[in-house]
Amino acid sequence: MTRSLRWLGAAALVGLPFVYTAPYPMHILIIILIWSFAYTSWSIMGRFGLVSLGHGGFMGIGAYVTALAWNYGHVSPWIGAPLGLLAGGLLAVVVAYPCFRFRIIGHYFALVTLALSGIVLQVITATRDYTGGSLGYTPERYKNGSSLYAVQFTGKTTWYLIALGVWAFGLYIWHRVDRGMLRYALEAISEDEDGAAATGVHVTREKLKVTVLSAAMTALAGALYCQYQMFISPDTVSGIAVSLQMVFAVVVGGIYVPLGPTVGAVITIMLAEVLRVSFGTRAVGWDNLVYGILLVIFIIFLPKGILGSLLALRRARRGAAAGE
Amino acid sequence: MLTLSSVHAGYGSFPALFDVSLEVRQGEAVGVIGPNGAGKTTLMRVVSGLLRPSGGTIVMEGVDLARTASHRIVELGIAHVPESRRLFPRMTVEDNLKMGGFTPAARPGFRQRLAVVYELFPRLAERREQLAGSMSGGEQQMCAIGRALMSEPKLLLLDEPSAGLAPVIVEQLFELVKRLRAGGLTVLIVEQNVQQVLRVVDRAYVLKTGRIRAAGAAAELLASGTIRDAYLGV
Amino acid sequence: MAIVDIFLLEALLNGVLLGGVLALLSLGLNLIFGVIDVVWICYAELIMLGMYGMYFLYTVYHAPIVAAAAVCIVAVAVLGVLLHVLVIAPLLGAAPINQLLATGGVLFFLQSAATVLFGIEFKNLGLRLPVLKVAGMFVSYSRLLAFAAALIGMVLVYLFLTRTYTGTAIRAIAQDRQIMPLMGVDSRRIYLITSALGGGLAGLAACLLVLQYDVHPFVGLSFGPITFLICVLGSLGNFVGGFVAAFVFAEIIALGGLYLDLEWGYVFAFAFFIVMMFVRPEGLMARRS
Repeated sequence: MTRSLRWLGAAALVGLPFVYTAPYPMHILIIILIWSFAYTSWSIMGRFGLVSLGHGGFMGIGAYVTALAWNYGHVSPWIGAPLGLLAGGLLAVVVAYPCFRFRIIGHYFALVTLALSGIVLQVITATRDYTGGSLGYTPERYKNGSSLYAVQFTGKTTWYLIALGVWAFGLYIWHRVDRGMLRYALEAISEDEDGAAATGVHVTREKLKVTVLSAAMTALAGALYCQYQMFISPDTVSGIAVSLQMVFAVVVGGIYVPLGPTVGAVITIMLAEVLRVSFGTRAVGWDNLVYGILLVIFIIFLPKGILGSLLALRRARRGAAAGE
Repeated sequence: MLTLSSVHAGYGSFPALFDVSLEVRQGEAVGVIGPNGAGKTTLMRVVSGLLRPSGGTIVMEGVDLARTASHRIVELGIAHVPESRRLFPRMTVEDNLKMGGFTPAARPGFRQRLAVVYELFPRLAERREQLAGSMSGGEQQMCAIGRALMSEPKLLLLDEPSAGLAPVIVEQLFELVKRLRAGGLTVLIVEQNVQQVLRVVDRAYVLKTGRIRAAGAAAELLASGTIRDAYLGV
Repeated sequence: MAIVDIFLLEALLNGVLLGGVLALLSLGLNLIFGVIDVVWICYAELIMLGMYGMYFLYTVYHAPIVAAAAVCIVAVAVLGVLLHVLVIAPLLGAAPINQLLATGGVLFFLQSAATVLFGIEFKNLGLRLPVLKVAGMFVSYSRLLAFAAALIGMVLVYLFLTRTYTGTAIRAIAQDRQIMPLMGVDSRRIYLITSALGGGLAGLAACLLVLQYDVHPFVGLSFGPITFLICVLGSLGNFVGGFVAAFVFAEIIALGGLYLDLEWGYVFAFAFFIVMMFVRPEGLMARRS
């Protein structure tokens, strides 16, 4: 994408809510942006071979800490959400540090983190006296309307711009990681951990850095989701299903390209919406059914994802053209 | 018995054997010698089916090995003692031997074969319940050869059997090869230990950078300068 | 004081009984990992399907319970083979993490297929097994039965692995995959047999769990994570390690459940797991990179 095209795209995205305000499409766009940010957060570490199936846990923590702090401590989400980020980051350290320190990688890391997301869901369910358990939880409305203090807004335009900003922030972080030393360290580690250590890379520290970054970003996605939807339940923001959903979307979109997770979010959310609109309540379960089959098919036949494969194809064409 | 005609083989796009032709006749002991990285192990792997040739033919008693599923090659009477032994370290000696006699044809004779192997290697009989990985290098080599013999082979492939063993053990090992030959077994042996192996085999091929550079009777090769040339690259 | 002790003993005993079933679960997963080098993330979902099978055969179609159990075990074994042929086999050469994620896709698929086909209502066999009173402790018959059957199942698997040629080959392939052709072993055949065996164990576990728990499309999530932790703690692919870890975890869950809810038992088990990683990392060392 050329620079001018990129600016044009950005301008179109920012300008959109001022010319078009139909509530339903706006709602879908906001949801896509929030999840795109969550998926991008996952890929920040996932693309270096650190496949976590625990991000549902981080997202749930971000959402629940923000909501609980508001309802019980009357703490504004401006403080509650950072608390959630902190909690998510801390949990990431507690789980990931021993994993990295003792070389729990690949399968093992995926399984441990998978258990983590299961456990977060169990905790939310177990503390049902405070969190409402599997029935879900609602942050209290502040003075029946929009408030910057409570981060509650009735207008979709406001939410759209917030979500857009956060999503762009996610891409910016991706870009920063891409340009930074962290990337070289992590690429070396994912190629050959011993070799990287031998050349002076502090393997545990570098992996921990990116994991905490990714976990905190995911917790932010959870807080954002909570504030926008004003309703959270363990099944929609935490647990193994959410973790797998992230992985699925990223694999479909493309794990190694910055916009891959976003493409994945567009495809998966549109798919779910189409199914919901055309089949109504009969569609319960069908979206995940299709996700599941697609995930298997993608991994077998198109492991680079849709965007990743398209870009690779274009590069190959260009290479061929340049060669002639 | 075994005939290789202009065999080519390699790993991915990296070729390791070029145009290798070689013959092993019934009852013979044949050596393949050559420096490190000459393709000796690749040659063994091609014969036993661990690696598929990219060209040429390998025929064992009239059967084309390149068209035989790799797990069926052992049923034709070829047993391969791989480089660095490759025992199942967390299994007992007896379980390792049992794996050697896995083929349906070998199963009915298991007890008999086991007795033969234990007679050949009394050490293994003493250690039958011990985990293979906990034995000394020499004992492990015995176990590996014993495992190969369990399939009642006609042709035994030995890949660097002396590597990493003490001189006394190596001596015993080559004695053993002589005894196995006397028992009617055909042997194809790959070695870096040139002097010793040439005293055991009838004929030998010199392999270097994937090609056969020389061939002849063991005594001739020992006497001539061919081997030194092959190693020094003159 | 005496009352508390009785409760404690009862919890300990229940822990042992639970341990038997968890050990069975981890054995199936460990077998698959040890032999094929793949983790079936959807293992607990196979169990869920087996539980539905029991529910339909026994409660809806009134089949004799033993026949129903036999059919379920065979059916889940067939599912295991299908999983291998359709999903795992095409990915055997791919990155390990792709195999893991593909079975994650199957997890999604099975969960939602169950939701679509069977609905989200909780279902049970409607079987009322007696509660035994032993020395002042209450022990449910269904748990005893599950424990005994799990133990018998594991002994049978043990005998199969040590006494037969195929079983010996299964243990061998876990130690050195590449040289199997030299032994005359067709690895693909061993993979199929192992998948059937792993599936069969999931089927057996399903028959035992459905005696104690309701079945619903997400029931797998209650057993899956804990099974993975057990396998990782016992070192993936290590049958003995998995067996020991299963009982340790079961006791933690049972004791945690005694003082708090069962969910807290799981939380304690996870916390214990994290602590163990600091204390005894060698029990967790990855065998592969």
